[in-house]
Amino acid sequence: MKQLTHMRSALLYLLPSLILFTVFIFYPMFRTLYLSFFLTDAKGNASVAVGLDNYIHLFTSSQFLNSMKATLLFVLYTVPLGIVIALFLALLANEKLKGIGFFRTIFSSTMGVSVAASSVIWLFLFHPSIGMFNHVLQLLHLPQVQWLVDPDWALLSVAITTIWMNTGFSFLIILGGLQNIDQTLYESAQIDGANYWYRLRRITIPMLSPTLFFISTISLINAFQTFGQIDILTKGGPTQATNLIVYSIYREAFVNYQFGTASAQAVILFVIVLFVTILQFKLGEKKVHYQ
Amino acid sequence: MKKTYLHRVSLYLLLTFCALLLFFPIIYAFFISFMTNTEVMSGKLLPQTFDLSNYYKVFERLPLVTFLINSFIVSCTVMLGQLIVSSLAAYAFVFIPFKGRDLLFFIFVSTMMIPWEATMIPNFFIIQKLDWLNTYQGLSLPFFALAFGTFLLRQHFKTIPYELYEASRVVGLSRFAFFWRIVLPMSKTSLVTLGAYGFLTTWNMYLWPLLITTNDSVRTVQIGLKQLQSQELGTDWGVVMAGVVVVIIPTLLLLFIGQKQLQKGLSQGAIK
Amino acid sequence: MKQVSLNNVVKTYDKQTTVLHNINVTIEAGEFFVLVGPSGCGKSTMLRMIAGLEDITAGEMYIDEQVVNDLPPVKRELSMVFQNYALYPHLTVAQNISFGLHAKKMSKATIQQRVEDVAKTLQLTAYLTRKPRELSGGQRQRVALARAIVSDAKICLMDEPLSNLDAKLRTHMRAEIKQLQRKLGITMIYVTHDQIEAMTMGDRIMILHEGEIQQIGKPIDIYNYPANPFVATFIGSPPMNIAPATIRADGFFIDEQFILPNEMNERFTKHHTLVMGIRPEHITHIKTKNAHPLPITLRNIELLGTETIISFAVGTHTWHARMPGQWALDVGQHLTVYLPSDAFYYYDAQTGELLKKATIVGHFERLGDL
Repeated sequence: MKQLTHMRSALLYLLPSLILFTVFIFYPMFRTLYLSFFLTDAKGNASVAVGLDNYIHLFTSSQFLNSMKATLLFVLYTVPLGIVIALFLALLANEKLKGIGFFRTIFSSTMGVSVAASSVIWLFLFHPSIGMFNHVLQLLHLPQVQWLVDPDWALLSVAITTIWMNTGFSFLIILGGLQNIDQTLYESAQIDGANYWYRLRRITIPMLSPTLFFISTISLINAFQTFGQIDILTKGGPTQATNLIVYSIYREAFVNYQFGTASAQAVILFVIVLFVTILQFKLGEKKVHYQ
Repeated sequence: MKKTYLHRVSLYLLLTFCALLLFFPIIYAFFISFMTNTEVMSGKLLPQTFDLSNYYKVFERLPLVTFLINSFIVSCTVMLGQLIVSSLAAYAFVFIPFKGRDLLFFIFVSTMMIPWEATMIPNFFIIQKLDWLNTYQGLSLPFFALAFGTFLLRQHFKTIPYELYEASRVVGLSRFAFFWRIVLPMSKTSLVTLGAYGFLTTWNMYLWPLLITTNDSVRTVQIGLKQLQSQELGTDWGVVMAGVVVVIIPTLLLLFIGQKQLQKGLSQGAIK
Repeated sequence: MKQVSLNNVVKTYDKQTTVLHNINVTIEAGEFFVLVGPSGCGKSTMLRMIAGLEDITAGEMYIDEQVVNDLPPVKRELSMVFQNYALYPHLTVAQNISFGLHAKKMSKATIQQRVEDVAKTLQLTAYLTRKPRELSGGQRQRVALARAIVSDAKICLMDEPLSNLDAKLRTHMRAEIKQLQRKLGITMIYVTHDQIEAMTMGDRIMILHEGEIQQIGKPIDIYNYPANPFVATFIGSPPMNIAPATIRADGFFIDEQFILPNEMNERFTKHHTLVMGIRPEHITHIKTKNAHPLPITLRNIELLGTETIISFAVGTHTWHARMPGQWALDVGQHLTVYLPSDAFYYYDAQTGELLKKATIVGHFERLGDL
């Protein structure tokens, strides 16, 4: 009897979440899966069942394979480097110095700059004739680079922008992790005479591992979801060098109105993210130290 | 332990160098927003005068005030919605022992693994069917339920001793009264963190407003920026940057005020 | 064995708040020295300054003959046990114990030998491969001790190491730490807020209050001859009964209540007021020589089995008396207790200086071998 009343009141508190999750996450997820087996009309209704044809089409289309390759490269460019930079900044900003609060604020500032705003700023920095980067190259008597137009550079340019954009958030999380480490551990190590690098290797990094694990998972998932900077900086070009998967889904669905193949791509995105997360957790379990 | 003088100086140098490098794009955007077109074209670093004409222009060419208000309304709505929905759910997970609690919590957490972009096509049609295109509810309601928020608050609620709950039952406080009068006030820091996080992410949202706003009525500033950039591309960078500055100032301010809080709150959710 | 001396040591934070004033003390080699005081008195700061974790604002600190003010912690060759033990949660017990040895780049074989020896001493051999979180509070405490003694440092600092243990274990560890210190012959500097720990463990103790030394000495001497009212009430439980008294021709009065006749010698006649104190165990229910009756009304009775502690009002103050044995008493009951005049301590009301010691204390009797 008590169980039942508990159940009832629990459901009452959980109802808003459950309804919203059902309507805006679970149902759409199944709907996406469903649509991926169909050809659709312009209103997104399933019209012709085609079985796995959408998937077969995707995996034989050089365009999609190219998009997958670009996405993976992009993840590879942004995630490890982004974390290393944020870790470096966090270690630096964790020193006890006067006025360190100011530097912490600056280092976290990119978190307050939206994707759209960052992209517009960097669009200017990358500008072939008046942009800062080419100015600097000119001063150094180096050849000019067509940052966003050259297929060899475009993905890298977008990656640099993205790393910059994500630094603030990663920095904030890692700094928080550093500050949660018990100071007496360092004092004890100091009495033992452990030097900076020894402390970093034997105390800081292991104690920080849950935080690093968390931020790498978040960064990975974020990288797979990249959209805004592509839309503003390159529109997927040049020659589709930056046509990352979410942008590809967006084009397929809302420009070409091919909701079937777009859904198939969305399912693939879901599977990849799921796979990456599970892999992360499997690997993480062994390496990460929890208190 | 005192740091040596040399050690401190080199740390400050390194900090300053990193800060300059990282903050340069923002400060540069700020400078350009005061430059005339010819100044921009000649590749100057600093504007000659701090002339506000670009700011006048950007407010003339775009309904920027409307966009700002829209963004503000949507961000606040999502923030409040997330706080209410997440705290209710987190409360049930911590203070009501019911069958299947762990399973349900696992389902909640699993939604974090569904990238929102993977579900955007049906979501778009749902909003269309509800006739919510170009409405505030269309922009905000899908984001009310947040597994991350539930998770973060659950972590905090768990630090409230269960005895407190039992004590409140003994004096006859209802379950909801305990939630409203004890749990929420005790979790102010986490609520503020989550609120700031919700506001910031909503303010910066790009893809969803791009999909479901087709006219200026409820369009948000981020989409305004895209419009501005495509209108003015190659012609008037000063005006574009003035728009950028106007858009980033609210969030930068929020971040500068709440940086410490945000860092503490978010990392708490991250670690445990 | 090493000696630690502090010479006019001062600690000031942000150039404004002084937390330690002119500390002068020499801690002898091989001594068990306890720093005791209420929380916030500066005892932990002083310990951390000895460790080198806080810098010294003014004055000199010596280890043996060497000035160590600017020496980093590792060069001071000491070990330290922290209140929360500061165990590395990601390392095993063995790795925790050997952490400092690795940092000092010792050979693997030496390290292993030392870890095994220490583990044996502290009965940790069975737990060497466990992580700290798998250990009980007492075992963690032992790992922290092991880490301190494995380095072979001649000075060991401990910052409230027993405060996280339950009462029974604490009593046990008190004895164990004391034995370990004797066996190894190290100089121990031990911080605690617990006066019982201080009394039972210290060869000498130093009482600190608001950054100033109140008294340094052997525990029993401090108990018998507390230098000022603060020490008198800090050491001993229940504390010494204390109250400001007025001296008149017809006697000593506390809040107009007659306590003792004025039979004092001239030393006190220049005082009109002073602080009088008497230990609870010196107040008796039997009339003895030199004892003066005091009619009281019982406010509270604690029957402890071996003794009975009663409390009653003297003027506006609450005093306690400790009576051996078990007594049937009721709250509100009227009683007469006796105050031996030679059990009283007199302190200057302004300076707190000890004017007269109790003379019935300090007579030790030796228990002979059978």
